[in-house]
Amino acid sequence: MNQQYYEPDIAIIGAGAAGLSAACQAAKAGADVLVIDENRLPGGQLFKQIHKFFGSYEHKAGVRGYQIGQALLEQVQQAGANIMLDTVAYGLFPNMELGIIHQGKAGTVKAKKYILAAGSKENYLALPGSTLPGVMGAGAAQTMIHINRVLPGKKIVMVGSGNVGLIVSYQLMQAGAEVVCLVEAAPQIGGYGVHASKLRRAGVPIYVGTTIQRVLGETQVTGVELVDLGPGFQPIDGTQRTLACDTVCLAVGLNPMTELAWMAGCNFTFLPALGGHVPMHDENMCTTLPDVYVAGDITGVEEASSAMEEGNLAGIAAAEALGYMTPEEAKRQKDAVWQRLQVLRSGQFGQKRQEAKQLQIDTTLAFLKGRRGGGQA
Amino acid sequence: MKEGILYTGVPSEEELKACPGIPSQDRMERGRVAVIECVQQIPCNPCEAACKFGAIHVGEQITNLPCLEEDRCTGCGMCVARCPGLAIVIVNRAYSPTEATIDFPFEYLPCPEVGDSVEAVDRIGQYVCQGRVLKVIQAGAYAGTCVLSIAVDKQYADRVRSIKRLSVSDTRQEE
Repeated sequence: MNQQYYEPDIAIIGAGAAGLSAACQAAKAGADVLVIDENRLPGGQLFKQIHKFFGSYEHKAGVRGYQIGQALLEQVQQAGANIMLDTVAYGLFPNMELGIIHQGKAGTVKAKKYILAAGSKENYLALPGSTLPGVMGAGAAQTMIHINRVLPGKKIVMVGSGNVGLIVSYQLMQAGAEVVCLVEAAPQIGGYGVHASKLRRAGVPIYVGTTIQRVLGETQVTGVELVDLGPGFQPIDGTQRTLACDTVCLAVGLNPMTELAWMAGCNFTFLPALGGHVPMHDENMCTTLPDVYVAGDITGVEEASSAMEEGNLAGIAAAEALGYMTPEEAKRQKDAVWQRLQVLRSGQFGQKRQEAKQLQIDTTLAFLKGRRGGGQA
Repeated sequence: MKEGILYTGVPSEEELKACPGIPSQDRMERGRVAVIECVQQIPCNPCEAACKFGAIHVGEQITNLPCLEEDRCTGCGMCVARCPGLAIVIVNRAYSPTEATIDFPFEYLPCPEVGDSVEAVDRIGQYVCQGRVLKVIQAGAYAGTCVLSIAVDKQYADRVRSIKRLSVSDTRQEE
């Protein structure tokens, strides 16, 4: 057996917005950090975000996502963290060993602390015709245009009006495609109005209270059948109409990639506002396992800026736990991160997430208290 | 069908009327001024920092709508390309007796050239009138966003907010 064996202080799974931020903080504090990602390029979703970010100007709002990604990556490299790409983390075992496949070869990581920052995956929509070539996740279309530089189609119907659906529609037009329309089952647009306005100015209709009933085509997508929805999301008969298109993009939500956390034995809670089952964690992003932290979409689906801040928290907390930072210094830094997080989770779009995240932490603290109490009894 | 940004993606007349980022008609008649059509409370404030003249106020609570102090605004246009929502235009109703100018962000290729006649559109992408391209600004500080300045018939100054995208075949042959 000549398996590669790695023993970093901290192993981070996922080199996206959260993972890189965590790596930066922990490595800056002096920890030996190993970041693992299954992709061939680091950055996760950041490098696909060609639009300018929202938020506070003090924290890079107005800067395009991929440029934020480049800057973050440079900081991580300067801080001295190791990034291991083309590496699948297939299991986190009860003995706290992480099984990996690095460029086709099996290996083992035995870290003192783990930060799981695996992100989220796209939800799919099963409907007649949805297996035809040309039906894809909006994230897949985004990867095709920005990473592979291939236009997935020329006439696109986007399903879902959250920020992902709105932004990817805009980017598809920038890449040269025509967006036929955007449909949204809910009675209102889910994402930011300003993103929707960009599409409307470009002449793209947005149909709320509408869904896609069938995808048409024999060997590939040739169109869609739309239908209006009444109360309780019931299709209204007689409102069906067809539209020609060659691509259908689904932007119908994301769900956290929690497999490693389940496998390790982290306790979970169910919060629909955050995408379903999410690992419990405290204010330090520490799960119910003392050596396992979580950050970013795996803890509940939000967006890149909050993922970076959660990564910062987890990185600081893990470094502190290993003695690389004094509790005073760690507290000062964590308080600053929390302040920024509160801002990101404010306003009419952030309030719900703010409440859900608070509930997640409160549930975790109550759970941990109960467990300690139970242990003493 | 319900009106308003939440349902149509376009601010309704009422929303625009109540919007603190929109200058008075009187101010618009006096020359270049920012028109900030930001009507939804989202956590965002780069416009405030972009303004060197202190004419845009968001404040501590960054979900506040940006408020324009119209007499301080010089219409310099720095905020236009900084707004991640592309929600700001510069309107100049004093450009000429018959024409007004609109400066707006444009993030598509191909880009028109100075002197081109372009199809000016409203907030829902409908054709309004022809516009004449006066400037194509691609400053480094704009971080990849191009700002186009076009002249249109004055009566359309409140309606025109962008132009139709050009198709690749519309661009001039270089040779």
